[in-house]
Amino acid sequence: MSTKPQTAEGEAIAFYDLDPHEHPAHASTTLGFWLYLMSDCLIFATLFAIYGVLGGNFAAGPSPADLFNLPLVAVSTTALLLSSITYGFAMLEMEQDKQGTTQLWLAITGLLGAVFLGLTLYEFYHMIHEGAVPQRSAFLSSFFVLVGTHALHVTFGIIWLLTLMIQIGQRGLVPANQVRVQCLSMFWHFLDVIWIGVFTVVYLMGMLR
Amino acid sequence: MNNQFWTFIFGRLTWEALPLHEPILVVTFIVVALGGLALVAALTYFKLWKYLWTEWFTSVDHKKIGIMYMVLGLVMLLRGFSDAIMMRLQQAMAFGGSEGYLNAHHYDQVFTAHGVIMIFFVAMPLITGFMNYVVPLQIGARDVSFPFLNNFSFWMTAGGAVLIMMSLFVGEFAQTGWLAYPPLSGIEYSPASGVDYYIWGLQVAGVGTTLSGVNLIATIVKMRAPGMGMMKMPVFTWTSLCTNVLIVASFPVLTAVLTLLALDRYVGTNFFTNDFGGNPMMYVNLIWIWGHPEVYILILPCFGIFSEVASTFSGKRLFGYTSMVYATVVITILSYLVWLHHFFTMGSGASVNSFFGITTMIISIPTGAKIFNWLFTMYKGRIRFELPMMWLIAFMITFTIGGMTGVLLAVPPADFVLHNSLFLVAHFHNVIIGGVLFGIFAGINYWWPKAFGYKLNQFWGKLSFWFWIVGFWLAFAPLYVLGLMGVTRRLRTFDDPSLQIWFIIAGIGAAVIALGIAAMIIQFAVSILGKNKDWDTTGDPWDARTLEWATSSPPPSYNFAFTPVIHDNDAWADMKKRNAQRPVEGFRAIHMPRNTWAGIVLAGLSVALGFALIWYMWWLAVLSFVAILAVAIFHTFNYDRDFYIPAEDVVATETARTQLLGAGK
Repeated sequence: MSTKPQTAEGEAIAFYDLDPHEHPAHASTTLGFWLYLMSDCLIFATLFAIYGVLGGNFAAGPSPADLFNLPLVAVSTTALLLSSITYGFAMLEMEQDKQGTTQLWLAITGLLGAVFLGLTLYEFYHMIHEGAVPQRSAFLSSFFVLVGTHALHVTFGIIWLLTLMIQIGQRGLVPANQVRVQCLSMFWHFLDVIWIGVFTVVYLMGMLR
Repeated sequence: MNNQFWTFIFGRLTWEALPLHEPILVVTFIVVALGGLALVAALTYFKLWKYLWTEWFTSVDHKKIGIMYMVLGLVMLLRGFSDAIMMRLQQAMAFGGSEGYLNAHHYDQVFTAHGVIMIFFVAMPLITGFMNYVVPLQIGARDVSFPFLNNFSFWMTAGGAVLIMMSLFVGEFAQTGWLAYPPLSGIEYSPASGVDYYIWGLQVAGVGTTLSGVNLIATIVKMRAPGMGMMKMPVFTWTSLCTNVLIVASFPVLTAVLTLLALDRYVGTNFFTNDFGGNPMMYVNLIWIWGHPEVYILILPCFGIFSEVASTFSGKRLFGYTSMVYATVVITILSYLVWLHHFFTMGSGASVNSFFGITTMIISIPTGAKIFNWLFTMYKGRIRFELPMMWLIAFMITFTIGGMTGVLLAVPPADFVLHNSLFLVAHFHNVIIGGVLFGIFAGINYWWPKAFGYKLNQFWGKLSFWFWIVGFWLAFAPLYVLGLMGVTRRLRTFDDPSLQIWFIIAGIGAAVIALGIAAMIIQFAVSILGKNKDWDTTGDPWDARTLEWATSSPPPSYNFAFTPVIHDNDAWADMKKRNAQRPVEGFRAIHMPRNTWAGIVLAGLSVALGFALIWYMWWLAVLSFVAILAVAIFHTFNYDRDFYIPAEDVVATETARTQLLGAGK
């Protein structure tokens, strides 16, 4: 057929891919999700910048040293970091196509996430009870929004995790579900990385202020 | 008790929110309502609802979504332009004790709405429309990476536009200027619904823009046809890539900063307040960290359009392709390092101002390189003065002058004098109209035959062109003069009668632009409805150079029956030169994404959520939020998202094209 003209050197040049192969269905999903995470990361970057600028404006109200309970934060941090490890275990099980243990590790991950979330809510409740409300000062506004946005992400992560567990239960570890588990894994580790930033900048450096 | 019940249901929305005391708005409302009713009646009468729903609203075809973006942008252009002409009339009248015809409350909403609409709901949808339509075709792909997301993004953008339009008749719009600086936009100084319409309209649209950015980056990075390395991509695709990187890297900042403003207004936090440690300048910094890249988001794709137009209509390869790509990338990076030039007067000191002044001036270097590249592309070319080429030349002249006034403003001491003056207003209209809008018009005339299969009418196109050029200069040259004389922007009345003549000239200019818009609408109407269409049977009416012209006009839903293989820049020109034959047999079934209702439903619920938040209808806010979550989760349970176009259908389509091509020769 004449779809292949010759170059001067005589080799054939194809201008159309006449023998197309199926492309994997989720070829761009990982990249796309990663891009979304970067955009989310910029939201956190903005909130960190806000905290960096306004975090010292106590407006004669309470300061981090008056409010933060480091042992409590240490426990919640441990829970969240552990949940990243358990998610990793879920991924390893998934690669061996073991649906039951994958689900088990996912469930443990969700529980650890719930523990983290519970402790954050307890901390918020405690602070609000003491009068350290977001309206009190720019420091408290930026604290509640930074930590709260992270907690909101963890909440959505847990909702997503539960949905995904139902879907794995219904359809098993089909390729579509595997991609979803991978995306949630990136999301979950991303929240861990953000939390390390929060822990350092807000809590540790806050106690040094 | 009864009263409490209604407050629970309707929040703070009462009959007083309807602007019955504003005759202009009442008349507008009647006209819009009648027009809307006529449209609905016509759609019902001609039984078009089902067609619209199945073929357009739920479509995931990037070409149809691109066209819907363009329609949205053009409709909103009419709204934004009405605001413009109202302002010009007011300013031409309000001299010597006259109050004009707009009261302060209304006038302040008009100039805010004009800015917001023109940037977010005219320029953004129009360039996103082009990127959606053209990029997958230029890279030889069948659709974008995430077709459902694409549909959802469009409807979120349209949802934001719906919220902004609602503010015209229910409640009011912000009276703060298009960036809503606090403390003016705080709850203390703007307690009514205006700023809330602004916040939630932009938030809803912003979700769409960000996701569409993610989608197009993934598409360009992952879905290029075999052989198309990064440095073989068409320049429009390159500029689209850079624009979408800018979108993903800047819109989250807007989302965050508007959320914080909303929290200040709704919850009483102290981010941008004047007391309890808040800092309003933080808002100004952050919004411009989004806002400056935003202007490059708008202009870069237009640079891409002009690059395609220059090489096509000069019959030559683009001069300095590599330098064009690097210039685009450099502009992308530099656009993050200049934001402070929007508020040199903040008082950040000489060193900071010098840094941002110098980075701003540096941007003119890659931009200048582009202008020279286009000039050298034209040099010794066989130039055809078709409409897109005319817009290119008008752009080069207009934009260069606008760019030079920009460099002038980049000098901090000069900026201290010209800050917030009409000189600034003239400058940014000079670059946005002369750059972005002219680029869009060039693109519409260039790609229309690809999208619809026939060329646009030349006579009305040329008329529109000349009205626009003359009208633009008449409208904005006087603003430069007035700005240099010290007139500040956003004024409603004037004391000095010697200024009036300039405002009258500017008003005449706006009227001439109105003729340009009218001529353009007639151009579309004549081309669509006219009997003697300038049909394009070849798919390549301009003898162009990039892949979108390798397929039929309009392209089939799958774009290319066989994926093209790329060997050189300007792939289609290369294929024509080396006499590549279009395959006429061996067609196979083609794997395509299925239509979905989820995008329009989710966006509709988002509009309900925004409306509920604006009017404090908390029950509706909770309800619509839960519904969004539920629908989104429900949608993820649908695994059946694709289908195959049977090989027979592909054969039928392609054989028809083969016959058409044979008949054309």
